Amino acid sequence: MNVLGPAQKLTRKDFVTDQDVRWCPGCGDYAILAQVQKVMPELGIPRENIVFISGIGCSSRFPYYMNTYGFHSIHGRAPAIASGLKITRPELSVWVITGDGDGLSIGGNHLIHALRRNVDVKILLFNNRIYGLTKGQYSPTSEQGKVTKSTPYGSADYPFNPIAIALGAQATFVARSIDVEAKHLQDTLLRAYRHKGTAFVEILQNCNIFNDGAFSSLTEKETKADTQLVLEHGKPLIFGKNRDKGIRLRDGKLQVVELGQDATESDLVVHDETDAGLAFLLSQLAAPDFPTPIGVFRAVTRPTYEEIVRGQIQTAKSRRPPDLDALLRQGDLWTVS
Amino acid sequence: MSVPPAEPAVKQQVKPRVERDHVVIRFAGDSGDGMQVAGMQFTNESAIAGNDLSTLPDFPAEIRAPAGTLAGVSGFQVNFASHEIFTPGDDLDVLVAMNPAALKMNVGDLKPNGILIVDREQFNEQNLRKAGYESNPLEDGSLAKYQVYPVDISKLTALTLRDTNLPARTVNRCKNFFALGLVSWLFQRPIEPTQKWIASRFQKRPELVEANQRVLQAGYHFGETSELFASAFEVKPARLEPGTYRNITGNSALALGFVVAARKAGRPLFLGSYPITPASDILHELAALKEFDVYTFQAEDEIAGIGAALGAAFGGAIAVTTTSGPGMCLKAETINLAVSVELPLVICDIQRGGPSTGLPTKTEQADLLMALYGRNSESPVVVLAPATPADCFSIALEAVQIAVKYMTPVIILSDGYLANGAEPWRLPNLEELPDIRVEFRTDPRGYYPYLRDPMTLSRPWVIPGTPGLEHRIGGLEKEHLTGNVSYAPVNHEQMVRVRARKIAGIAREIPPTKIIGPSTGDLVVLGWGSTYGPIEAAVRKAQAEGKSVSHVHVRHLNPLPSDLGEVLRRFRKVLVPEMNLGQLVRVIRSEYLIDAVGLNKIQGLPFKEAEISRRIEQMLEG
Repeated sequence: MNVLGPAQKLTRKDFVTDQDVRWCPGCGDYAILAQVQKVMPELGIPRENIVFISGIGCSSRFPYYMNTYGFHSIHGRAPAIASGLKITRPELSVWVITGDGDGLSIGGNHLIHALRRNVDVKILLFNNRIYGLTKGQYSPTSEQGKVTKSTPYGSADYPFNPIAIALGAQATFVARSIDVEAKHLQDTLLRAYRHKGTAFVEILQNCNIFNDGAFSSLTEKETKADTQLVLEHGKPLIFGKNRDKGIRLRDGKLQVVELGQDATESDLVVHDETDAGLAFLLSQLAAPDFPTPIGVFRAVTRPTYEEIVRGQIQTAKSRRPPDLDALLRQGDLWTVS
Repeated sequence: MSVPPAEPAVKQQVKPRVERDHVVIRFAGDSGDGMQVAGMQFTNESAIAGNDLSTLPDFPAEIRAPAGTLAGVSGFQVNFASHEIFTPGDDLDVLVAMNPAALKMNVGDLKPNGILIVDREQFNEQNLRKAGYESNPLEDGSLAKYQVYPVDISKLTALTLRDTNLPARTVNRCKNFFALGLVSWLFQRPIEPTQKWIASRFQKRPELVEANQRVLQAGYHFGETSELFASAFEVKPARLEPGTYRNITGNSALALGFVVAARKAGRPLFLGSYPITPASDILHELAALKEFDVYTFQAEDEIAGIGAALGAAFGGAIAVTTTSGPGMCLKAETINLAVSVELPLVICDIQRGGPSTGLPTKTEQADLLMALYGRNSESPVVVLAPATPADCFSIALEAVQIAVKYMTPVIILSDGYLANGAEPWRLPNLEELPDIRVEFRTDPRGYYPYLRDPMTLSRPWVIPGTPGLEHRIGGLEKEHLTGNVSYAPVNHEQMVRVRARKIAGIAREIPPTKIIGPSTGDLVVLGWGSTYGPIEAAVRKAQAEGKSVSHVHVRHLNPLPSDLGEVLRRFRKVLVPEMNLGQLVRVIRSEYLIDAVGLNKIQGLPFKEAEISRRIEQMLEG
């Protein structure tokens, strides 16, 4: 990948297009767009080497607002399109923008297969737990019993847990952040970029029209210290306004303890991004009994799909230099004169 | 013809030879009996003997249907001749039936007095019952009108290998080569190519190489020395155009065509595909050709197969997806996206019987209207169809050429018959094939994503990584020049019309329609796709009888050749044989207001020459 010298350092403005942003006023997508545009100069690569690919839905309008290469594709299929691009053009930085409907309903199959293949694309899933563009039906991440236009008696189906799905699909990088947590989101995006392999980032995002306040306890100043559990590799799991609560593992289960009362810091779980079992346990933590973890659940390295495929191509070339004529002349030949 | 056919391995010729100008033979047996291998090897031997040939493999969809049952019968038909031929042949001169079920399923196609070779021991009570025979046809006189040759194929195979330690099951699996050896002698085919093939096929199992080679040889000797056949037959080499030849199936020809096209374009080849019968062999073949910068992506489903291909096209690769009917249904949405974003993409539909899962291993050409119209809204795409297995190579090149020149998806409609059928292919001179020009725009001055070439109306191909030309594309309607999202009413109509005009304009690339026969007359038979062979055979026969019949074949289904309407109007009647309920005929009638009539066969099998001949006669009488 080309790297920019210091003199060419881009700014947020370089990534803004001339298109009017058409999300509803107050939408969480604005905050995410701003953080992504802020992070892009930090990547240190030229704009032309960055590609944003999306499916369909509110979040999928995203590429129109990024002054990079962009592809607003069809519902749910962005991971497939991004895979084909990245495999043949590994020097590009390829980002997928999707939502809870696009990525987990119609495109669920493509999402899990992109994750297991470990193609080096960055998948940002904006999760607002509702269908916005089609005006307010429940989504596969809506809580059971959700009353919407399409479920006046409450939804009967149980929601997906996006982090658990990504972990189950063997994703090598799995993280969660929140639209309004500017610094945390920026850091998470940078980590995702620097990870080699598929990176999955669930971004909790508020739809102020159809599902306002879905994450308010997580984002409001008064409560968030008690409801967010910020994951940091190598550090004990501590949270709370006074940093006086922690997470302990007992009998195979995570539990909340009061520091200084039930336990001391040395009793707490130390976060380890390479521990698949711990990542899954953490993925299950949710309100009201637990704080919601944000940060990197899992980060491990393994060769990417495109590295393996390119290796095979190199091996094939060294064993058998490409010879079109010989290719056509396979098998038994005969001559007519 | 100056090069004589290769000499057979065994040279103690004592029996007389009877000359024939063509022979149609079918090998039939249980799907585990190796009939496809026997048929393909016999084909290869015949090709090396210099004959023109055409093949028709016919096998069940089940990998291993219960042994000995009618459902499990697999067949391979070869027509080989000392003159040019166009079909695998209507009726059989020779039938090799390895068990009663194979006999029952196939004997109806054998000509009176035709040669019937059966494996005698397989006609036991159990197998007869499985095939639904009340009495043994070898004994009850029901086969009296054929020349029946009961041969102890299984027993002679076992005897040949009695000094080996191979398990009985393995020995039994060699018997297809005994049958092949015997038939090779009967028609004086060289068996060296098969010996060579066995050596390479089983190279990791030397004991199997030896066993199969010995059995093949034994079958050949048996023909010569046993009293069974009074004479052997000879089919002299055909007079083919000078050149170097090999056998090729339609699927192989497509795979090679794409590799050559990508090399000629100087770009990597990307195939996104999901396994489906009868298209999977293209994926298999390309997966082994990585040294040519070929990427094969076995996707999680049909949608991802074409999606990944479109992504690769965005990045500048020669992008292809391969499938059959059910997969085409799933790909429709992405084809439409390719229409909207105007990126080059080749979609191969190897048609099979439908609807739904239908007849996975049987041929049909009923996806034409889907290819032309099967997407939401106004969605013009280029549709091409190869005429013969070897023509698949040219069609692959042409499809890539059109796709990149006009920035459009191109659908290739092949079918199960072309995919698995083989014919001699004259190797092209690679230098003489035209280069495929791929130009990525890099100049930012005056650039717009939907700025069109005034001649082709295609938009510039700008690939990510090009500085200064960052742009966004997508499936929402675009403003005509800038490509920005636009809901403006007049702009939409303008875009719909320009997309249609762009595809219609490709007619300028199509050579004038070739009329085989007189350029005016009583009847023209119009065909597309794999019906080329039987139509050509039937038309030639009618012409030889002095009838006023011509043949027109279209390889370009959208756009149609610009002179087609005018050409068809020169004939009093137009007949359109198709393996569907009448799809091209509907297009012809609506496009040209010509009273064309259809001849339709939907049996999962290609037309027989006689079926078309009969209709030609009726049309000329009426």
